[in-house]
Amino acid sequence: MYRGRSTALYPSCFEKDKTVTQLGSRINARSDEFKAKYDGMASLVQDLKLKLAKIEQGGGPVALERHLSRGKLLPRQRVEKLLDPGSPFLELSQFAAFEVYDEEVPAAGIIAGIGRVSGVECMIIANDATVKGGTYYPLTVKKHLRAQDIASRCHLPCIYLVDSGGANLPRQDEVFPDRDHFGRIFYNQAQMSAKGIPQIAVVMGLCTAGGAYVPAMADESIIVKEQGTIFLAGPPLVKAATGEEVSAEELGGAEVHTKISGVADHLAQNDDHALELARRAVSRLNHQKEIRSLLSPSHPGQVKAPKYDINELYGIVGTDLKKPFDVKEVIARLVDDSDFDEFKANYGATLVCGFARVHGYPVGIVANNGILFSESAQKGAHFIELCCQRKIPLLFLQNITGFMVGKKYEHEGIAKHGAKMVTAVSCATVPKFTVIIGGSYGAGNYGMCGRAFEPTMMWMWPNARISVMGGEQAAGVLATVRRDGLARKGLDWPVEEEQAFKAPIVAQYDKEGHPYHASARLWDDGIIDPAQTRDVVGLALSAALNAPIEDTRFGVFRM
Amino acid sequence: MFSKLLIANRGEIACRIIKTAQSMGVRTVALYSDADKDARHVAMADESFYLGGSAPADSYLKGDAIIEIARKAGAQAIHPGYGFLSENADFARKCEAAGIAFVGPGSDAIDAMGSKSAAKAIMAAAKVPLVPGYHGDDQSDALLLSEANKIGFPLLIKAAYGGGGKGMRIVENAAELQGAIDSARREASSSFGNDKLLMERYLRQPRHVEVQVFADTLGNAIYLSDRDCSIQRRHQKVVEEAPAPGLSDALRARMGAAAVAAAKAIDYVGAGTVEFLLDTLATDDDGSNFYFMEMNTRLQVEHPVTEMVTGQDLVKWQLLVASGQPLPLSQDEVRIHGHSFEVRIYAEDPQNEFLPASGKLNFLREPEQSKFVRIDSGIRENDVISNFYDPMIAKLIVWDESRPRALQRLVHALESYQISGLKHNIEFLANIAEHPAFAAADFSTDFIERYGDALIGSASSEADMALALAALYQLCARKAEAQAAAVNSADPYSPWGLASGFRLNSANVHHVSLLDNDHQLQQLAVTEVAGYYQLTLHDRELLLAGELRQDMLLAEINGHKSKLPVSQVGDDFTLFLTSGSYHYRAIQTEIVEEQASHEDKLKAPMNGTVVTHLVQVGDRVSAGQGLLVMEAMKMEYTIEAPFDGVVTAFYYQSGELVGDGAKLLEIEALVPDAEDKGN
Repeated sequence: MYRGRSTALYPSCFEKDKTVTQLGSRINARSDEFKAKYDGMASLVQDLKLKLAKIEQGGGPVALERHLSRGKLLPRQRVEKLLDPGSPFLELSQFAAFEVYDEEVPAAGIIAGIGRVSGVECMIIANDATVKGGTYYPLTVKKHLRAQDIASRCHLPCIYLVDSGGANLPRQDEVFPDRDHFGRIFYNQAQMSAKGIPQIAVVMGLCTAGGAYVPAMADESIIVKEQGTIFLAGPPLVKAATGEEVSAEELGGAEVHTKISGVADHLAQNDDHALELARRAVSRLNHQKEIRSLLSPSHPGQVKAPKYDINELYGIVGTDLKKPFDVKEVIARLVDDSDFDEFKANYGATLVCGFARVHGYPVGIVANNGILFSESAQKGAHFIELCCQRKIPLLFLQNITGFMVGKKYEHEGIAKHGAKMVTAVSCATVPKFTVIIGGSYGAGNYGMCGRAFEPTMMWMWPNARISVMGGEQAAGVLATVRRDGLARKGLDWPVEEEQAFKAPIVAQYDKEGHPYHASARLWDDGIIDPAQTRDVVGLALSAALNAPIEDTRFGVFRM
Repeated sequence: MFSKLLIANRGEIACRIIKTAQSMGVRTVALYSDADKDARHVAMADESFYLGGSAPADSYLKGDAIIEIARKAGAQAIHPGYGFLSENADFARKCEAAGIAFVGPGSDAIDAMGSKSAAKAIMAAAKVPLVPGYHGDDQSDALLLSEANKIGFPLLIKAAYGGGGKGMRIVENAAELQGAIDSARREASSSFGNDKLLMERYLRQPRHVEVQVFADTLGNAIYLSDRDCSIQRRHQKVVEEAPAPGLSDALRARMGAAAVAAAKAIDYVGAGTVEFLLDTLATDDDGSNFYFMEMNTRLQVEHPVTEMVTGQDLVKWQLLVASGQPLPLSQDEVRIHGHSFEVRIYAEDPQNEFLPASGKLNFLREPEQSKFVRIDSGIRENDVISNFYDPMIAKLIVWDESRPRALQRLVHALESYQISGLKHNIEFLANIAEHPAFAAADFSTDFIERYGDALIGSASSEADMALALAALYQLCARKAEAQAAAVNSADPYSPWGLASGFRLNSANVHHVSLLDNDHQLQQLAVTEVAGYYQLTLHDRELLLAGELRQDMLLAEINGHKSKLPVSQVGDDFTLFLTSGSYHYRAIQTEIVEEQASHEDKLKAPMNGTVVTHLVQVGDRVSAGQGLLVMEAMKMEYTIEAPFDGVVTAFYYQSGELVGDGAKLLEIEALVPDAEDKGN
């Protein structure tokens, strides 16, 4: 059945339908428990989609109308037209700035994501001028920088669709002076250009003051006639400074910059034309993606989907973090052909490690199946080392309340064993991806590649929670401290008062650990529908492989 | 028998004649004009000669030159086909004089039937029934009244020197007669300066039934079945069938006998057709209800239906007769078996007043030929339908044991007939074939007029379905292309290359832009849910799925599965739906879209000739104003200004030929702002 060259390449896995490493499933989709969990998750996903639909409206009908009346395309239309027909768009941080500021700033007024343009995976960063004139709030800056960070790690050419009034002046102290503030955008452009990562700017509206450096620092820039303007100081500021009276078009319009100043390279007739010119620019990058991994489909000629329906994740995971689930049921619904070659299956079983493929790309999976013990942490460190040595990207599926506590465990050195795993995660230079599929608490977050450990990309499921510890634990700890304090003063603490004390703490933790709260602040790169996890991971893996995988040098492992 | 035959014609009939001649071992000589130098008939013939320019007057009508070529080539006979010189008595006479056999009747017979009034007089003498009427000079009221009563009612009064319906009255009964005569006279007098009237029996719903006759030089004359050609549009036959349905054997025999009598009356030789009007509503006192209309002294376009039901090759008969041999069959030996239909497939646009289409036929897939299906065509894929000649693409002929079965064959053959590159009437023909009145043979010559809208069709929901299928095809093709590109890349399994339209936390989205069948820009957003494409058109949600199999689209729309062929030439696509073909152009990007569509409006919409300029260079014109008149296939077409502006150039002068899509003129748009300042 399978002939030719490929047989030699993939000797073992195709010749029979089921491999020994294929995961089974014990899920009964007809059980009441499954149905209840399913409905719970479905309603969270529904809420996510409803909120997203509103976010995608941008600055609201009046602003949209004004924008369109100028003959401009809406930012999402611009992105659609820039992309290749049928290209996926892996959008980042859709919930950025969600309920953070007093006013609504949907998606933080900037659209960022990865998409294919002229056959090349690119990072697209588009200002949304319908949202507060596209001005940069602190989280706009953070989102822009994060997109550049991902582009830099993955070697993705950057396309900036500029239409912004610049820094948000009332919040200048949060957007201008610090290291990771506005200036960092230009620093990143220079750094990426130096690394050979192309920077292309399309000026489709205002591009004032600091913003002027986006096209000016780009490798190649395009400006739209009668729409785009680039200047360090706009007409009002010029008048105030020198008394010179000049129109925006005369000062820094498309004609000026393509014919006189040379700040921009290509003159576009309109938005559509500009986007076509940008596509052309990408087509001339002479960019060739080099895949150094051994690619292999799970099936001759094509990638085989998981054997089990990915939608069943809803009914497996549910919404109650206290209800455990077998993470292998999750893995079976994410990886090609549900094929998972587990490592040290019988050792430190609360951490599941193993090799699999997602959309044909090899990946090492590290997934929680309970609390972390010393053995599980050591196994995790070992497995991460293996992946680094073999240059296999890592996928962390986080659902962790933390490391085991207690005298026995402290004595056996769980801290140093946990540290080994944290060291391994910190130093690993293979692409790392983290999905929080349940709880993300305490040092578990560290060992499982939380935000501080620079995963290439990181996402949360809508049911997930993230905080230093669970709300009830935190309330319990704080209540104990208080009760002890009262006891020292010989005071009694009635149960009702203790309850009243704990309730707001639990509420606060619940709110702050919620994905909307987390994603709004860019603690992750987005909340994702669990049913899209496989595709999201596949797209991210593929994008990350645009960059070569460096050799890893680990720090000292405390033995 | 002659050893060499010259065919003084072109197109399908030339091919048809060459085929028979070759089967009889007769060498063939073809003729061609500039437009036809690569035509099929030229390729089929043993030898061919250049005649002249593309216009018929410069080539196929040049009788003297043709006779000269025949002589030079050593052809002993000339077959004129139909049209061109086929009923030109002068040409027949010249052939006779040159000692070359003219495959057709003698010049006298052509002359006799050439004049309609003379023909009627001959037929009256031969007792061939004529429509009862009065054409006399005595115009007194009393005589007209008495003649009218002889003719019977309803009755038609016409101005003898009139036309265009002026002075024409339909009179239902005797009481209305005097008033009608008075008003018709007044109108005739004021319109034509002559108040002479003529009167005829008014046939309310006549059928066109004709009889094929054949006569040899030895005095034998027979008839070979009748044909019904009632399905006509402006006197152009569209569908023909043999035998004419619903006629009694007695009536058939009487019509046949009348036709043979007509032929004998003029010493006819060869193939001829006697056309009758058959009154479906009334009979005369003597029981007859058919009336002589005219006689065509040539092989008819629709002769194949007769061949199908008689099993005879009429061209072969023509050649036998022309070489002095007797008819192969006697009247008693003629057998009619089964039923046959012919439809004429034309390059024309039924939805646009049947405007003739010309240009390149980019894609052609004919139904498979068999004993049931025959195609007579002079056109191959990539041939050009020029505007110099009749824009017929082919004749589709079907046969089966009975009329219903033959009709089923016809419908099926039309469904599998695939043409793209230019507009055609296949959908229109299929609509006729599928019309219940046609199936019931309940028709008269006003069939197309009566059911026109239903036949021309294209309701909006059908258009929506076709648009949805076009979008589906684009999406399937996009995926297939993506797959093909991925296989050859270094990253063959990348989810970026699946053309999945993935969107985070949303359904996958696909954008499709195309110019639809009516050249309207359609920008569709199609979502993908659970393996189905979802598209809403006019509030109707369509669930689509499909896959490509070579040049077929296996489509599913709302659960209905179908298989349809698709042709592609560049960015132009044609879907062959059972309801007809649907053309669209895929659009990759819409740069400066509005300008582009305006530009298109200044281009020639078809091949044709510039008649006149309506404005001059430098003139200011406003949107909608006529700028230039073109003519194609005797239809005029006015190019209008798409926007306000100033004409800066004309690229073609009157009388010049222009190709489809050629830019005709230039207009510089007026900028509204500048205007305001000017005021």
